[in-house]
Amino acid sequence: MESILTLLSAGILEALEPLNFGMILLGCTIGLLVGAMPGLGSVNGVAILLPITFLVPPTAAIIFLAAIYYGAMYGGAISSITLGIPGASTAVATVFDGRPLAQAGKADKALTAAAIASFIGGTISIVLFTLFAPPLAAFALKFGPPEEFALMVLAFATFIGLGGDDIPKTIFSILIGLVLATVGLDIISGQPRLIFGDISGFLHGVNFLVLAIGIYGIGEMLWTLETTKGEVTVHKVKMSIKAMIDNFRDVKSYIGTTTLGSTIGYFVGTLPAAGATPASLMSYGLAKTFSKDPESFGKGNISGVAAPEAANNAASTGSMLPMITLGIPGSPTTAILLGGMIIWGLRPGPLLFTEHPDFVWGLIGSLYIANFVAVVINIAFIPIFVRVLTLPFTILAPTIYILCIVGGYAPTQTMHDVWLMFLFGVVGYLLRKLNYPVAPAVLAIVLGPLAERSLRQSLLASQGDMFTFVERPISGVCIFLALVLVSYPLIKNFRARRSAKAASQS
Amino acid sequence: MTVRTAELLTAIICALCSIGLMLKANELNIGWIDGRGPGSGAWPFWLSAGMLFASLLTMFRWFIGATPESRSTELFITRDRLMIVSISAGSILFLLVATHLVGIYVALVLFLLFYLRFVGRHTWLLTTILMIGIPVFVFCLFEWALKIPLPKSFTEPMFYPIYDLMYS
Amino acid sequence: MRNTLKKYTKAILPAVVAISTAFGVTGTAQADWSPKKPIELIIMAGAGGGADQIARLLQGLIEKKDLSTRPFIPINKPGGSGAEALRYMQDKAGDDHTVLVTLNSFYTTPIIQEGIGVDVTKFTPIGRMALDNFLLWVNVDQAGITDVDSYVAAVKAAGKGWKVGGTGSGQEDSILTAMMENHFGYEVTYIPFPGGGTVAKNLVGNHIDSSVNNPAEQNEFYRAGNTKPLVQFTAERLPAYPDIPTAKELGHNLEYYMQRSINGPPGMSADAQAWYINLFGELFNSEEWQTFCVEDGLACEEYLSGDALGAYHVTEIEKHKNLIESVGAAAITGE
Repeated sequence: MESILTLLSAGILEALEPLNFGMILLGCTIGLLVGAMPGLGSVNGVAILLPITFLVPPTAAIIFLAAIYYGAMYGGAISSITLGIPGASTAVATVFDGRPLAQAGKADKALTAAAIASFIGGTISIVLFTLFAPPLAAFALKFGPPEEFALMVLAFATFIGLGGDDIPKTIFSILIGLVLATVGLDIISGQPRLIFGDISGFLHGVNFLVLAIGIYGIGEMLWTLETTKGEVTVHKVKMSIKAMIDNFRDVKSYIGTTTLGSTIGYFVGTLPAAGATPASLMSYGLAKTFSKDPESFGKGNISGVAAPEAANNAASTGSMLPMITLGIPGSPTTAILLGGMIIWGLRPGPLLFTEHPDFVWGLIGSLYIANFVAVVINIAFIPIFVRVLTLPFTILAPTIYILCIVGGYAPTQTMHDVWLMFLFGVVGYLLRKLNYPVAPAVLAIVLGPLAERSLRQSLLASQGDMFTFVERPISGVCIFLALVLVSYPLIKNFRARRSAKAASQS
Repeated sequence: MTVRTAELLTAIICALCSIGLMLKANELNIGWIDGRGPGSGAWPFWLSAGMLFASLLTMFRWFIGATPESRSTELFITRDRLMIVSISAGSILFLLVATHLVGIYVALVLFLLFYLRFVGRHTWLLTTILMIGIPVFVFCLFEWALKIPLPKSFTEPMFYPIYDLMYS
Repeated sequence: MRNTLKKYTKAILPAVVAISTAFGVTGTAQADWSPKKPIELIIMAGAGGGADQIARLLQGLIEKKDLSTRPFIPINKPGGSGAEALRYMQDKAGDDHTVLVTLNSFYTTPIIQEGIGVDVTKFTPIGRMALDNFLLWVNVDQAGITDVDSYVAAVKAAGKGWKVGGTGSGQEDSILTAMMENHFGYEVTYIPFPGGGTVAKNLVGNHIDSSVNNPAEQNEFYRAGNTKPLVQFTAERLPAYPDIPTAKELGHNLEYYMQRSINGPPGMSADAQAWYINLFGELFNSEEWQTFCVEDGLACEEYLSGDALGAYHVTEIEKHKNLIESVGAAAITGE
């Protein structure tokens, strides 16, 4: 314990050195701004700045990259709330309640909640990281394909209540998301699947961002235009010191869900395959399931913004653990961070902690500082982001379309994806008019590939024996929890009905 | 077209799409391979079958009038609303086609000119500022800061002098 | 330009001189072409993999050494085991501002996925940066397995219950696994994972029984005492593993490498090709690259470039065709 404190304080002091601290400031700002653009995320910032980092020592470089990573995690919420477009898969759940809040003129409230929840999530996870890194790394090793599949089942179970009231349409939406996720190369058999018309653009599959930007960017824009007959009312948000203080007071209402979300986020994040997206979805689902007022979720509940944001920040810290100790990237961004470490001659692996303690603790120390810097910068920027919403709609709309198009182009750099995005936008708009819920499709396309792959890997390993999922302790527990979660709303419903009956009888 | 008709039509199209996906997935092995688990086509095939089932259910519910959409005889979309939506969708379509033909930067200028001046009826001054300002911002952000080259089609050589300035 | 040329001449290896003079890479030829816009560095694999790391290292080194007047921009096109990247290059025929970083799917993808219609022999060969090696790894918990013989005995006893992890059907390790099945006369269950690092982790966590990983993917676990190599599939023992025998030494004719090379699209202009050969040659001979090769367990003794690399590609394609034919495409895809 004492040694951890010494190492940690040395790490924090290192992060506070002028060069390193400058790197944190710059990195957080760049990350925040890049993360706030739909389609762009930390991966763009990190990849492009990687060569620059040849000019500075490795510790400063990794601090810089980690700061960008952190800043972008905060930034993801900004696009989700102000524009209603999830800029990254980790910020999908933030749209569900962030957008209704912004439409109600409470964008500042939502943005503040997102920033504070991110800060809490970041802090809790860094503390957990500091204290429990080595045992958790050992735990992560126990996670094989069956455990990953069980975790996916658990993730699906947590958002069972997120669909609409029309059950066949909700099922259709989930399934089409899962089918779209299978487009591209199947790694198990090595065969390309569902390559329509032999178009080579389908070989890389249907990117989550293409569907999300299409549906939430273009589709929602068309929907807003139609329902308001083009006369969109401008949301006046009054920013004042008093309003700011009130926003901070809201913390009380979501501190519970935030703490829960942070803890889940951290643990899910440390698992090599999972990462921040399932973590944020699970956190949102749980916040809704155990809320006193589940009906208000999706209509602008502040906890619905706080819960996923706390979890995705916690998970992004958590996913540093498998990267450092196992050399396994949990996301494209950590993949590039990993590449950076290798270029600098630092080999991630079980020995990194003991052989390069100055590097590892410098990184951990910088996470503490970066988290603090990011929240301050973020809150300082909120008035500017809120102003975006006061622009006339005929300026805002074309700007959003342009952001959607270049944002859809950036990840794979093919026009194919932009056309696909446009198609999803129009189809999504039409389906939405007929009360087909679109969120389940977006969630399914994120989790679908993980679920299918781990299922088939497990069955290969067990030679087709389905019982492998319940026989192994960790996956058995996850499946059991999933069953509990699925039945929980039913039981609650049943009880409510019985007590209502009892009340009417007496 | 009424909402009621649209509901049935959409369910039929969804069902047809599902069948199409099932046929496409059927090109691969959709069965269970002994000792290996499901084949590569099984997951998409059976999920598409589920989509078909869900669409059939929607059709059934339309028939018995279980959903609000299947009872509504309102117009699916009124003429003036259709105009608003198709202008927006059409201008995006134009932007995409123009990107292939003349490159994204020229396309952006034309798109903004149309949208700001003729849809938004903003002043020429504001239109001109944004028409030039936004493409310049996109260029600086993507090509210069993030190093993501955007499609330029035949206008590419026009950018060589800018590259000279940027990288010298 | 002059300055880079001077540096280049100083660091040059005789072999490179021979090849580059054959191509007329002299001061004048070099001045004939220089990039006019940013150069696309297409990676036929996803972010974080070996090819991606190499591309990003090269990009960084080019910038650090100021070798190019325009930046190199890495773009990942992992779709369809590289099929998408190959198609993209094919469509870019005649373009001087696009180069491809390859792995062996450069050979295997056009053979396995016949429909893609790409002939990689038409591509413009630039330079081979490295050869990657393969070793057979098991977890240290398997105390009974100490060499190839005890390994083969254990696999035969387990039958289809023996699980070999790899990076995907049709990838290098699946071919090598199929070669081993063929050679030793056993059958295993091959489980694909996304990326060599994940394979290594699953071996450490005992979710799979063995793997054929590159040194870079396993070395840290080896040093930490989690896994052990049994045999190397190289011509000679690697300096990093002096005590591990090669398959050849043991009388098993199993040898396999993965090349990492840079190639242009079909019909790249000769001047541009010469410029790239020169540039990557300089990177190849740089201290940074050679250090990286040693740390990563890559073989970087000889810089094959231009027509010599083209000829190498032709022989490798032949070799892969025969390999895939002899083990059967079904043995690789499993269906």
